[in-house]
Amino acid sequence: MSLHTIVLVKQVPDTSNISGDVMRPDGTVNRARLPAIFNPEDQEALELALRLKDKHGGKVTALTMGPPNAANMLRECLYMGADRAILVSDRRFAAADTLATSYALHKAVHRIGDYDLIFGGRQAIDGDTAQVGPQTAEKLGIPQITYTLDVQKLDLKKKTVRAKRAIKNGYEILEAPLPVLLTVTKDAAEPRPFDVRRLCTYKRAQSRFEIEATVDDSHDLVWMDELMEKVKADDLLIETWNIEDIDADVQWCGLAGSPTKVHKVENVVLSGAEFKKVPATSDGLNDMITDLMQDHIFG
Amino acid sequence: MNSKLKDMVWVFAEQTDGVMADVSLELLHKARTLAEKMKSQVSAVLLGDKIEGLSETLFAHGADNVYLLDDVELKDFRSMPYANLITNLVEEKRPRVVLFGATHIGRDIAPRVASHTRSGLTADCTELKIETLTIRKVQHEDLLLQIRPAFGGNIIATIISPDVEIQMATIREGVMEMGEPDASRKGTIIPVKVELDPVEVAVKIIEKHQEASSVNLKGAPIIVAGGYGADTPEKFQLVKDLAKVLGAELAGSRAAVDAGLISSERQVGQTGTTVRPKLYIAIGISGAIQHRAGMQESQKIIAINSDAEAPIFQVAHYGIHGNLTEVIPKLIAAYKSQLH
Repeated sequence: MSLHTIVLVKQVPDTSNISGDVMRPDGTVNRARLPAIFNPEDQEALELALRLKDKHGGKVTALTMGPPNAANMLRECLYMGADRAILVSDRRFAAADTLATSYALHKAVHRIGDYDLIFGGRQAIDGDTAQVGPQTAEKLGIPQITYTLDVQKLDLKKKTVRAKRAIKNGYEILEAPLPVLLTVTKDAAEPRPFDVRRLCTYKRAQSRFEIEATVDDSHDLVWMDELMEKVKADDLLIETWNIEDIDADVQWCGLAGSPTKVHKVENVVLSGAEFKKVPATSDGLNDMITDLMQDHIFG
Repeated sequence: MNSKLKDMVWVFAEQTDGVMADVSLELLHKARTLAEKMKSQVSAVLLGDKIEGLSETLFAHGADNVYLLDDVELKDFRSMPYANLITNLVEEKRPRVVLFGATHIGRDIAPRVASHTRSGLTADCTELKIETLTIRKVQHEDLLLQIRPAFGGNIIATIISPDVEIQMATIREGVMEMGEPDASRKGTIIPVKVELDPVEVAVKIIEKHQEASSVNLKGAPIIVAGGYGADTPEKFQLVKDLAKVLGAELAGSRAAVDAGLISSERQVGQTGTTVRPKLYIAIGISGAIQHRAGMQESQKIIAINSDAEAPIFQVAHYGIHGNLTEVIPKLIAAYKSQLH
């Protein structure tokens, strides 16, 4: 049997680099101002999948749901070694919470068809929820191994995988039947650099949106179809699926399919502690320590 | 117990090898506050093998009922049997609120339960409230306000799930306060039949290694923490020196962990441990909300920072604007001189 691994990836705003003009006066975040990056743990998940492919052969498919510009991240997946890249994108997916996201992803996995393993990062840095992986596994009706630190053994004959999972103050080794979904924690696998030859080839890979953008009004729809076929024949197509393509029910997608709603967003209000400015001098520090000793904080 | 009250607020009672997780007990105390507002009872959902004895602890911390799922297959935690059994119970009894600790276990199963029951689920809440809200002229009773920092901790979001019956949340250990247990409280044990399909127990545990942690941030009366401003081994050594002199536990912000200066089990903040010591000394920590969320309940806070505008000063009781390489030696000298 040939191994097929699907990796769930997400392009995220780089929340570790938030500067002043990213926050709007009303306290909301202007996402457009943040650089979009490959979610770090998803990149490690792809690395783990590629290592299994290096060892056992087979194919790796990168799957994302996101806006059209998530094609940038999918090209990076191709540069690293993914065989196939799929962009699930449709305005009707907008404002999806984790439940609506996992619904769409599991429908896309159904369309992909046979698979042995699904990898994903433990969580994305823009939400830190760690919910999409387990919710996708639940919708697919398959087991999961969260907080994966390492894949130790894949037995394609017995159709089992052994993985090391982080637990509180330790780890456990689990053996799961295939197919199974694994979410990968930080530092599980240092992502490989881009392969230069793959980069030269796949920098020309295009999503449907990007192909459409190259077609101007003077061309007709037939021309568009021909162009798509040509890009596909060259193996440079980032497959682009909408709601109909994955046979999803609109009522479970996007905002409508999301039970959680943002009720209120506030700027962080700092608690006004009684504040003493302490001069950075021996006298100043001495006074502070006297204060703390009187309050029985020390001793 | 007043049996006329509804059974609407549930807490997943997480145990490992017969020891209750602190976070579950913390959540029971919070659940009591929520339940009073909803005029509801509080129930704990306890899974494991030969763990009935833990029920007394759950009653003492605020549970009125314990749903007891006791079976040898549940001895060690595994996702599928745990998640599926809780799902079945939630579907049958339909509580309004289900709370889980945001642990390696709670964050593993809560999404599966929420997915199957199509419930709203918010991760890592820092505050929970019950309110009645009118949204587009429709009145929603007993809404769970799920409050958490969002977007890298730059904002505080209040999440609600107004259109579904079941509202779920995970909460990190230490965020809610554990009240005093009341050993005289009594409750009802409700045994639940455990039936599992072979497919549900197909994942096997081959090995398990767990050590008692040598780090006890939660129990430490004094914590000295370093951050981005102490990002060289030389500077961080000064932070360690101060911790040693004060007999304090050493901690750090995410930046210190990312720089490899301390282990992640010493990280304080939203993604680390939440602490409330008698004294917290933040050195070279700017005070991003992720970090503040983990320490702002400390009794006294000293901030040492070279940036006078650092937000950490706004939660500090004592602010020292200066270079840590100069301030720490002076601070150590001042402390030592007062000991004699």
